[in-house]
Amino acid sequence: MRIFDNPNFDFIRWRWHALALSVLIILAGLATVVARGGLPLGVDFTGGTVVVLQFNQPVNEDAVRNALGSRAADAVVQRFGAVEQNQMMIRLPLGAGEASLDAVSTAVEQSLRAGGVGEFTVINRDVVSATIGSDLRGKAIWATITAIGGILAYIAFRFRFSFAIGAVAATFHDILVTLVFLTWFGYDLSLNVVAAILTIAGYSVNDTVVVFDRVRETQRLARKEGLESVVNRAVNQTLSRTVITAGTTLLAVIALFLFGGDVLRGFAFTMIVGIIAGTYSTVFIASAVAILLSGRSAVAPAAQVDGRRRAKA
Amino acid sequence: MTNNLYIKLGAIAAVTALAVLAFTPLSEKVSLGLDLKGGVHLVLGVQTDDALRLESETTSEQLKQAAADQGITITTAPALTEFSVTGVPSDRDQQFRALADSATSLSYDRTSGGNGSYTFTMRPNVVVQTRSEAVTQAIQTIERRVNELGVAEPNIAEYGNSGDQIMVQLPGLQDVARAKQIIRSTAILEWKLVEAGPLSDRAALLQPHGGTVPAEMEVVPGVDDSGVPAFYLLRRIAAVTGRDLRNARPTVDEYNTPAVSFTLNSEGVSKFSRATAASVGRQMAIVLDGRVQSAPVIESAITTAEARITGRFTQQEVRDLSLVLRSGALPASLTYLEEREVGPSLGADSIRAGVTSSIAGLAMVTMFMLLYYRLAGLNAFVSIVLNLVILLGFMAYLGAVMTLPGIAGFVLTIAMGVDSNVLIFERIREELTGSRSAKQAVTAAFNRVLITIIDTHVCSLIAAAFLFQFGTGPIRGFATTLFFGLVTNVFTAVFVSRTIFELILSRRPVGSARLSI
Repeated sequence: MRIFDNPNFDFIRWRWHALALSVLIILAGLATVVARGGLPLGVDFTGGTVVVLQFNQPVNEDAVRNALGSRAADAVVQRFGAVEQNQMMIRLPLGAGEASLDAVSTAVEQSLRAGGVGEFTVINRDVVSATIGSDLRGKAIWATITAIGGILAYIAFRFRFSFAIGAVAATFHDILVTLVFLTWFGYDLSLNVVAAILTIAGYSVNDTVVVFDRVRETQRLARKEGLESVVNRAVNQTLSRTVITAGTTLLAVIALFLFGGDVLRGFAFTMIVGIIAGTYSTVFIASAVAILLSGRSAVAPAAQVDGRRRAKA
Repeated sequence: MTNNLYIKLGAIAAVTALAVLAFTPLSEKVSLGLDLKGGVHLVLGVQTDDALRLESETTSEQLKQAAADQGITITTAPALTEFSVTGVPSDRDQQFRALADSATSLSYDRTSGGNGSYTFTMRPNVVVQTRSEAVTQAIQTIERRVNELGVAEPNIAEYGNSGDQIMVQLPGLQDVARAKQIIRSTAILEWKLVEAGPLSDRAALLQPHGGTVPAEMEVVPGVDDSGVPAFYLLRRIAAVTGRDLRNARPTVDEYNTPAVSFTLNSEGVSKFSRATAASVGRQMAIVLDGRVQSAPVIESAITTAEARITGRFTQQEVRDLSLVLRSGALPASLTYLEEREVGPSLGADSIRAGVTSSIAGLAMVTMFMLLYYRLAGLNAFVSIVLNLVILLGFMAYLGAVMTLPGIAGFVLTIAMGVDSNVLIFERIREELTGSRSAKQAVTAAFNRVLITIIDTHVCSLIAAAFLFQFGTGPIRGFATTLFFGLVTNVFTAVFVSRTIFELILSRRPVGSARLSI
């Protein structure tokens, strides 16, 4: 069975359309982010309180919200898990001038017990102070930048610099698109989501490297051919691998999305969007940027020699 | 089959056996993270300024005492990392300097402000050392307290890069509120002579002293004999402190109400008898964490090592108080910065969800591979399952903790395993069209794809390594599985998968182009 039999699509011809589409999505996302006043950061990064309650009887969001009283205005109340599990998640920002870190969560429990929404137990409680929130924010940004920097250095060493820029441009594209979709679908940025984003960075580069590797190999065999056509051929030759890998990875991650529970849903969603974006950027963005930076139709003999030496080493 | 093939199969069997050996029995060899077994994760900030303030207070007090012994009366004013001295008589200046040199020159720099005044500034290395000692001591104290609480497998360690944070992980803990209280109670116990009080009005207490607190004294809140909130005017310097305690345990007093009985060490006994002998008939306040618990009248000089703290305690409070007194005082106060609490039921749900999604992911991927690559799909299945087995063995061997994101790492390892297999299979198909024999095609494909696999894996390894570096708790579990999943994947996708192909081909006639792929 085969998906593509000797595919020969002219991807390079479509690169401007693809770039325009990506820019459009990212700009639209940026507008959303600006309109809502920043990225949807979760309590891991802003500080705040999240409690998940297990009720002994069926309960709905409005009842919980009513019982919260004056705190309801700042609170996010969401069902957690399946309806029959009777679990509710309540998220609140950091209390201003509260005596202790857990003051907000204690107050929530008290008002719910007084509010007559029924018996419950706390099954999960995350309370993060502003200090830890900003620490984690700094760490997340730093980890993302250093990871991408490390990958860039490796590709620059193994291939050539314009390819590294292409791969990193594609990676940034994937991260941005993923952030846009997270915002649109109402997922908060949590530690797990950042882990997923870094995994996407690795995955996206992974995908791109397979194409670049093929470009390097083809360049060696067909020295006279222009870079554009070599790249196009490489993208086509690796197309079935790109699509099948994306498909199987998606299968695994969809399993995580469906069966991994609410704790991993944000993680799985990020992976799903990231894999689709990553596959798209591998085919359209990475090579386009690499060609742009290498100069039009450059054969770049220096790089060929370079590539062969490295491949042997 | 050739000898070479036997060796390869033997190597694979050996690695697999080692991995299985490493993780059986599963429940003992693979430890679960807090998010899976339930428990509480706390991050505390140590107010290391407290320790600095204490250090400069103690040093200035010692210097003052030493000067007084030589007949020099000085006034000291301690601040955070420095203290000032004023009122050194000009004719004794030489003597004071010599005294100050011997008492403080190791840790303090002295500058003269003229007119018999000096400023002593703590050396930067001493500041750093004092701060880090405070954190180390706090960790040791918390360890003792947590051990007394009887929590199995606690994890207490310095946390973050700021140098003043402590992480405390208590798996399977039920009474979180009590544990939190016990961990952070400073437990500074002091006996101080009462100069005046108790009075409910602070101003009335200070009336005889012209409305200001005298230099040698301090005002401490507490309750009077009938339990009404009141203020005491106490001598600033404690007669005896909790450092001189040998043991503390719950007991009851003569009215059968809960109390804490404690034993002093020999130094404590001598301090106590000196202080009480000089002050028979006066009150001695027992101050715990800056509050007067009770202020019994000294009937006679106390020369025994046994004593008792009474107050309005419940049984639980008495138990907890004995515990914290036994474990010693904290060198600085603590504040909670992060609290994550996972109930055991949610943890069990997460394990179920994680295992279900792993199996579902593996099943879906395998079905696809069998459909698309026919028999070679089975090859992929074998190498992915082996990958998971070896990965689990690795995790058990390294003592890595399994978290929910770690399980997600397993699911991703399945995906990555498939990726390498797809890369190889697609290449074999391509090579087969070049009218080579199946054997040549397989060899060429593996040789060529190896470079790509190494390049792609190094990129993902870089991402995983940085993730580990950044990671806290669960994320670290994810980074660990991802990292070792990548490493084991190179072995299974390249070595195991190739050996299986060779095994299949060894049963075919030489030069055959048939391969189910």
